[in-house]
Amino acid sequence: MVGQLAQHAMEVHGEAWTIKELFTLPNEEIYWSIQIVMYPFMTGLVAGAFVLSSLYHVFGIEKLKEIARFSLVFSFALLPVAMMPLLLHLQQPFRGINVMMTPHFTSAIAAFGFVFSTYGCIVATELWLVYRKYFVQTALALKAQKNRSSIDGMRLLLFTALTLGAWDISDEAVEKDHKACKIMAGIGIPVACFLHGYAGFIFGSVKANALWMTPLMPVIFICSAVVSGVALCILSYVVVQEIRKFMASRKISRWANDPNAPTVEQLEGAKHVEVMIASNYLMYFMIAALTLEILDLIFRGYTQVKSWDILREVIMERDFFKIFIMQYAIGNVLPFLIMVLPGRTVRRTTIATVLVLFGVFMMRYNVVIGGQAFSLSFSGFMDYSLPIIPHNIETFKEGLFGALTVAATPFVLFYFINKVMPAFLKEEESTH
Amino acid sequence: MERREFLKKCVMVIAGASVPLSALTLIDPKKVLAANPDIQWAFLVDTNKCVGCGFCVKACKTENDIPLEANVTRTWVERYVYTKDDRRYVDSPKGALNGYTEARIDLGKGEFKEIDKENVGKAFFVPKLCNHCSSPACTQVCPVGATYKTDDGVVLVDRKWCIGCGYCIMACPYAARFFHPVLKVADKCTFCYHRLSKGLDSACVNACPFGARKMGNIHDKNDPITQIIMNERVGVLKDEFGTKPQAFYIGLAQEVR
Repeated sequence: MVGQLAQHAMEVHGEAWTIKELFTLPNEEIYWSIQIVMYPFMTGLVAGAFVLSSLYHVFGIEKLKEIARFSLVFSFALLPVAMMPLLLHLQQPFRGINVMMTPHFTSAIAAFGFVFSTYGCIVATELWLVYRKYFVQTALALKAQKNRSSIDGMRLLLFTALTLGAWDISDEAVEKDHKACKIMAGIGIPVACFLHGYAGFIFGSVKANALWMTPLMPVIFICSAVVSGVALCILSYVVVQEIRKFMASRKISRWANDPNAPTVEQLEGAKHVEVMIASNYLMYFMIAALTLEILDLIFRGYTQVKSWDILREVIMERDFFKIFIMQYAIGNVLPFLIMVLPGRTVRRTTIATVLVLFGVFMMRYNVVIGGQAFSLSFSGFMDYSLPIIPHNIETFKEGLFGALTVAATPFVLFYFINKVMPAFLKEEESTH
Repeated sequence: MERREFLKKCVMVIAGASVPLSALTLIDPKKVLAANPDIQWAFLVDTNKCVGCGFCVKACKTENDIPLEANVTRTWVERYVYTKDDRRYVDSPKGALNGYTEARIDLGKGEFKEIDKENVGKAFFVPKLCNHCSSPACTQVCPVGATYKTDDGVVLVDRKWCIGCGYCIMACPYAARFFHPVLKVADKCTFCYHRLSKGLDSACVNACPFGARKMGNIHDKNDPITQIIMNERVGVLKDEFGTKPQAFYIGLAQEVR
C-alpha cells in the first residue's frame, strides 16, 4: 500500500496519457493535452462570434440584425470559458493571477490577461449600449408595478443597477448609444483578432517545435476562429429558434399570454434569411483558412528542411486519418460541398455547421497534440490517449470530462445571461 | 506665477531631479548585488570518457530531491549504437539511472531489440543536461518571470512563483525541463547552484568516476576547462536554434541531437 502510494506520487505529469515509442528523451511527455486543445478552440469561438456580430454593427449588414445580437450575447457567454481551460491545465492554478501581477512581457502568454480583459470590457460595453434601453424600460415597468413579489423586487434592483444611472431613453440618447456601439464594435474587431491571432502566436513562436513554428500560425488561427465562431452562432441560433418555434406552437411561456409574441411563420422566415447570409460569410472564411493551411503544408513538403522527415511520417502516416480524413475531408470539404451545392436549406446548413465545428476542433487537436507527437530527438514518437474514466483529479481535468465541462459551460452561462439580456427582442424594445 | 517663471522652475526641477535619478542607472542594483560578475559557468562533457554507468544521474537525483523512480531527470545519458548494416539505435531507459547493464536496446512500449555483437559498428554514450544557454528560449517565454538567468550564467526556476503552465518545457529544444512530480512546478538542472556558491563541484561532476563531466568559469582564461574549450575542438547541441548553449562537448557526433 505504501509502495503504491509512493508510486502514485511518482507519476509524472503527462505520463498517464503519453505512449512513447522508439527513442524519446527522458523528460518528454505530452505536457499540453486536451485543455490546450480547448483553449484555442474556445477563444476562437469567442472571437468568431464577435466578428459575426460586428458585421452588422460596423458594416451595417441589416439582414444579420437578429443573429448579430444573438452572437454578441453568445460571445459574452463564451468569454469566461476562454480562460477556463488555461486554469484547468495549470499545475498551480491558484498562482494563475501571477500573470497579471508580474507579467513578463517577453512571453507571448504574459499579455493574455490584459488583452483578454480589454476584450471583455469592450464586449460588456457594447452589450450595455445595446441593452440600455431595455434595462431602463424593464426597470421602469417594474417600478410601476404595485404589489411587487420579492423576485420582482430583486429584478428591479438588478435592472436599476444595470442602467448605471443613465435613464434617458429619448431618441437622441438612443441614437448616441447607437453611434457609441458602432465605435466599440469597430475597436472590438482588431482586439478580437489580436486575442486570437496571438493564441496562434503562442504556438507559432515556439522555435523548438518543428510543426508549430511558422509565421502563418496566427493568421491561420484567426481565419479558423472566425469559421468556428460563425458556425457555432448559426448552429445555436437555429437550435434556439427551433426551441422558440416549438414553444410558440405549444403556447408555452410568453406565448401563452402575450398576443404580440412572434408566430411560427415569422420565426421561420427570419431564421431562413439570417442563416443564409451568415453561411455565405462562413464559406468565405473557410476558403481563406483552408488555403493557408494547405499552403503551410505544401511549403513544408517542398522545402524539406531537417524536420520534414519526421513531420512527414507524423502527417502522412501516423496522423493521416486525423488530419486528412477527420479534419480536411469531414471538417472542411464535406460541409463546403453541402453548403455550395444548389438549393441550400437551413437544415443542410445546420448539418454543415456541425461538421465545420468538428473540423476546426480537429485542426486545433492536430496542431496541439500533433506538435507533440514526435520527439525533439527526431527519432521517436509520442501518442496521446485521451483519459476517459478519470482515476485522479489530473485525469479528470485533462480528460474527456474536463473538456466536456469546458464545452458545456458557455451554454449554461448563455441561459442565465439570456434572462437578463434577451438575445431576441421585439423591434420596439431594442435599441438596434 | 508667470508662465515664463513657471517654465523656468520646471526646468530647474527636472534638471535637479535628474542627477540623483541618474545614479540609479549608473549604479545598477543588479550589478552591485551580483556576487561574482566575473564568473560565467560553463559545462564540458568529454563523450569519449563516458561509459554509461549512470552514477551522475543517481547523484543528481539524490542531491536535488528528484524522486529516483520518477521518469523525469535533470541529467541523463543516451546510448548510440550503429550497426554495420547501417542502422542506428538510440535509447536512454530511465535516463540511464541504473546504468547500461544490458546490451539490448529499449524501443519503448515495452519492446526491446537485441543486437548481434558482431554487427555493432560503433557505439558511444552522450551525457546530457540543461545547456544553460546564453540566450535561453525558456526564460523568454515564462509568462511570470519565474525562470531567469543569473549573472553568473545559470538558468534557475523560482519554485514559489512558477504557475506550472509548461510553456518553458515546450520552448526548450533540449527537453531539459519537466514538471517536478511532487512540487508540481517546472524543474531543471541548476548546475547544483547551491553547491557552486559554496565552492563545491556539482553533484554529477563529483560523481563521475571517469572525469567525463567538468565545470569551469569561462570568463577565467586560466581555468583549465576554459583552456580546453578555447584550444580544442568542441561542439554544442542544436546550435541552429540560436540559444547559444553553454554546455560544450568533446567528440560530439553529428547524429547526436
